[in-house]
Amino acid sequence: MDSAAARARASAGGHSQTAPAYTEFHPRWYRPRISTYWWLGRWPYVKFILRELSSVAVAWTVAFTLFQLWSLSQGEVAYSTFTRRASSPIMIALNVIAFGFLLLHSITWFNLAPKAMAVRVSGKRLPAILISGPQFLGWFAISAIVLWIYMVRT
Amino acid sequence: MEAKKSHEPIFWTLFSAGGVVAALLLPVHLFIFGMAVPLHWIHGPAYNLLLSLAQMPIARLYLFVMCSLPLFHFAHRFRYTLYDGLQIKHLNEVVFASCYGIAVLGTVAAGWLLWRI
Repeated sequence: MDSAAARARASAGGHSQTAPAYTEFHPRWYRPRISTYWWLGRWPYVKFILRELSSVAVAWTVAFTLFQLWSLSQGEVAYSTFTRRASSPIMIALNVIAFGFLLLHSITWFNLAPKAMAVRVSGKRLPAILISGPQFLGWFAISAIVLWIYMVRT
Repeated sequence: MEAKKSHEPIFWTLFSAGGVVAALLLPVHLFIFGMAVPLHWIHGPAYNLLLSLAQMPIARLYLFVMCSLPLFHFAHRFRYTLYDGLQIKHLNEVVFASCYGIAVLGTVAAGWLLWRI
């Protein structure tokens, strides 16, 4: 498959070098069809797709929160219905899976930041840990504060 | 095509900002209300206290940002997951409209709920 692609590219390149006469016909590049499951073969590809799929957990968590806020606005009975539904085994299982994906998102996101922004101090690039480190600390701090806010209100 | 290209930085900025908000704020929220309270690890806040907390202007703003921006993060990332993973480029417009439709609807819903709460 690869050699066929290479041959096709080589021949296409060869044609362009000889500068053919103008024609209405534009040949298409030879592109072998890639399987829909191309990412299943190697772990880095699987990790990439899992990381991208974490966005579904993000949307799910927002939907869950909107449902919670709607219940909260509808009164105490509606809110107790929400807490009862959130306690069903299916919902707990879904939320545990979603939480795993959220953690994957947070960790990969903070680890990506040093690669996305190259901070230079006096000409030297700052070590990755000095960029991702504060973000992890900020994440822990915010999580602790939010947890504390809800805990003191029980 | 040209117009779509020029809008890409806006969508990417929303993706990026939403990614930060989602990474910082969402895990703890889902941990508390999706796991810790249902599994009785901690006691959930009483209804009246939670309501009065959600009615504080700063909390409304916090919850609005927490709901809205991550949806735009989702829209961008999921769109490209469908493009790359399933290779459905021919459904470009449908995927685009669905993903950002969800983000806009969710944002409107969050604003409306938090306004009236």
